[in-house]
Amino acid sequence: MKRRSAGLNAVSVAAMLFLYGPILVLVLYSFNAAHLSMTWRGATLKWYGALLQDEALLAATWNSLLIALVSTVGATALGGLLALGMEQMPHRRQQILEGGLVLPLVIPEVMMGVALMLLFVMLRMPLGLTTVILGHIAFNIPLVTIMIRTRLRKLDPMLREAAADLGADAWQVFRYVTLPLLRPAIWGAVLVAFTVSLDDFLVTFFTAGPGATTLPLKVYSMIKSGVTPEINALSALLLVVSMIGVAGSLYLQRREV
Amino acid sequence: MRPVIRPIALCLCWLWLAGGLTACGQGSGDDATGTRPVLHYFTWSDYVGPEIIREFERREQVKVVIDTFSSNEELLAKLQSGATGYDVAVPSDFMVAIMIQQGLLTELDRTELSNASTLEPHLQSLPFDPERRYSVPYLWGTVGIGYDSRIIETPPDSWSILWDPRYKGRISMLNDQREVFGAVLRSMGQSMNSTDPQVIEAAKERLLRQKPLVKTYTSDHYDQLLASGEVVLAQGWGGPVARAMADRPSIRYVVPKEGATIWADCLVVLRTAPQKRLAMRFINYLMEPAVAARTSERLRFASASRLAREMVAASTRDNPAVYPPLDQLARLEWMRDVGKGIRLYDRAWTELKMQ
Amino acid sequence: MPSEESSRASAAAQASCRPFWLALPGLLWMTLFFLVPLLLVLAISFASRGTYGGILWEFTWANYLDLLHPLYGKILGQSLWYATLTTAICFVVGFPLAYVIARSPARWQPLWLLLVMLPFWTNFLVRTYAWMIILRQDGLANHLLLALGLISEPLELLYTPAAVVIGLVYGYLPFMVLPLYVAVERLDPALVEAAWDLYASRWAVWTRVVVPLTMPGIVGGCILVFIPSIGSFITPDLLGGARSMMIGNLIQHEYLVVRDWPLGSAVSFVLMAIVMAAVVLYYRQAGGADGSSEGR
Repeated sequence: MKRRSAGLNAVSVAAMLFLYGPILVLVLYSFNAAHLSMTWRGATLKWYGALLQDEALLAATWNSLLIALVSTVGATALGGLLALGMEQMPHRRQQILEGGLVLPLVIPEVMMGVALMLLFVMLRMPLGLTTVILGHIAFNIPLVTIMIRTRLRKLDPMLREAAADLGADAWQVFRYVTLPLLRPAIWGAVLVAFTVSLDDFLVTFFTAGPGATTLPLKVYSMIKSGVTPEINALSALLLVVSMIGVAGSLYLQRREV
Repeated sequence: MRPVIRPIALCLCWLWLAGGLTACGQGSGDDATGTRPVLHYFTWSDYVGPEIIREFERREQVKVVIDTFSSNEELLAKLQSGATGYDVAVPSDFMVAIMIQQGLLTELDRTELSNASTLEPHLQSLPFDPERRYSVPYLWGTVGIGYDSRIIETPPDSWSILWDPRYKGRISMLNDQREVFGAVLRSMGQSMNSTDPQVIEAAKERLLRQKPLVKTYTSDHYDQLLASGEVVLAQGWGGPVARAMADRPSIRYVVPKEGATIWADCLVVLRTAPQKRLAMRFINYLMEPAVAARTSERLRFASASRLAREMVAASTRDNPAVYPPLDQLARLEWMRDVGKGIRLYDRAWTELKMQ
Repeated sequence: MPSEESSRASAAAQASCRPFWLALPGLLWMTLFFLVPLLLVLAISFASRGTYGGILWEFTWANYLDLLHPLYGKILGQSLWYATLTTAICFVVGFPLAYVIARSPARWQPLWLLLVMLPFWTNFLVRTYAWMIILRQDGLANHLLLALGLISEPLELLYTPAAVVIGLVYGYLPFMVLPLYVAVERLDPALVEAAWDLYASRWAVWTRVVVPLTMPGIVGGCILVFIPSIGSFITPDLLGGARSMMIGNLIQHEYLVVRDWPLGSAVSFVLMAIVMAAVVLYYRQAGGADGSSEGR
């Protein structure tokens, strides 16, 4: 085992470095004194100060987090149920649905955005936070379902049958057998959905209405006047908070064990 | 269940922080936003300083909500398909023409717009809205060439410098089909709004010859490329070049002698605006000389207000990238919507990219 | 015995209608917020562009006929090539990472997954700018290579096809790692152990045991990487210097620059048809192999 792991570990470490290299640069440049972020002009904290003053940016951050959170919860619930339902369907129907679920991934995002906007306008729904969330749930459902199905397809049906034979009802089978076995997949799905939603630009743009500007919308519109290191500062801050959250939960977990 | 609780706790932690930040951002002495009228301003990001908005909010006892778009076409796409709720928007010149034609705008109420009468003389009557019934010019400028005077010692005066093989790999062009073709068409002595297939074909040939010299086509970070020395010649709008100057003083800006684009971003009130009267007052406020001057300084774009020109710092006023010298006006041309002709540009542009 | 059989039969009867109700909310949602809007744009793809960029509702095939121009074939070919390369690299880099994570102690696994995703909670545009800082002529990558003595003068890294692929791999790596992790986590280490005990070569262990058993994850991961990378447009614009076009750029351009929604929709539907055909073929291959190994 050990001999084999060495190579794998090396690639993994390299992959993590690859993932975090640009992030280090991003954080470093949040302290850059230059307004134009490509050249280094000495260290400063002014972007963090500017960030705290920037109401519009903070409001956009808040919108983004809210949308990501709500749409993740919604999509995980709907997509998870869909995956469970599909699993028990006849093989042929599963295949058709599977193909259908890939469709939303295949269509270009800008088209999905335009299409959703046309729909909402036709339904006379005023564009706003709600319409953005509806749209985000729609593009996250297939992601969640695909991730959870990856796991379900490899799940041994005997386990569930055994539980049923031992007298467990459908809910108990789900709660005590299927759900624990699905946990890694649900975890993965939640992470993917949250991340995709947080960074989405096109669908959000077309479905957002007055007062629903999100962080990506805000940042893209800064292109004309220059994207300032304020955005780096905000990104760094969110990272640090997430890291603290992770460390905190680890600490709690350690104490429990 | 613990693993499920953890991410939720994490997210809550995040939300709490963001909420806290928002609260302290807004904490500067206003409450009861619910009862005050709300004005929705749809604009480019950072087009107006937060302190300017706060002053208006205080003065009028209202709340201003800012939403942002990143291109004229996005703005149009949204409004055309029936999105409502926005009051004031900031389209550019050619887009104003389209929006008027599509019936998306409200006629302005002159009695509320006292500050709109003190415009620069050459902006008093513009081809897309000659009587200014629907729009008030807000900021304006040109497209030209930003260059590093330490490398290019004799100041260039022609677009042809962008075809000079000595600067191979150190040239950036805008990532915008109309502007790139506009520059070539002007250098060929043609109008940048040409719809003659042969002329466009000839322009494409010239651009194909230039392509090996071009490092990148970009509309969003040529200021950074100039400032960091990655490129020494950049086709671009004056404002970003002026920003690059602040970072690297050897950067200069020139509007070639063959002519170039003049643009203006205009303030308009939308036909579906819920707060039309307030919208008029907001436009009037943005055009107040002192407010306009502050905006001009902040963005490094020229204000359309004649009085603001006198109030901005001399360094801003005398910078040709920010305030185009008035003797250039004769060789500047407005970009117009070319209707079906756009397909010609489109095909030529795609071919240019794929070569 | 008979009583148990009958209870199982009734459970089966119950189960036959249950899947429908479980799947219903998700299916309804996707019908309303995906299928219906999709039909709207399908209709648009047969209309034509009005003079000012609106939509003229006259039925025409013109948009599809326009796409027969060889130029578009070239764009599509290039996009497929970039996407394939991206998927392959993501797989080669992502599989070991997923494997190591799935084989780490169970309570650390969520942490590792979170660490894989965290970089993507920053803004896409600043992340891409960070890559530009690294890759530019006077950037970190060149300085590092020079200091290590690997090169003698700075390389042209930014605004090259290589930069585009690096950017795409960076953007989509997590979407490969997560499904793979899910599949590997489920893989019984005893099977791998057994293969080793039988003196299988390292290559055989991977190709005959690990890969077949994690096929659903590989299929899922490849789809999640391949499809969005075909349609990407910001990465090729920023890191590739907009010197060539990917199909995503073209679609974006038609919708948002030229305001030719009918043509944009037509390109989208053609792309969709091609990718769907590829995915179905892929599923047949990969899914078939998977099905036979399980004996249904």
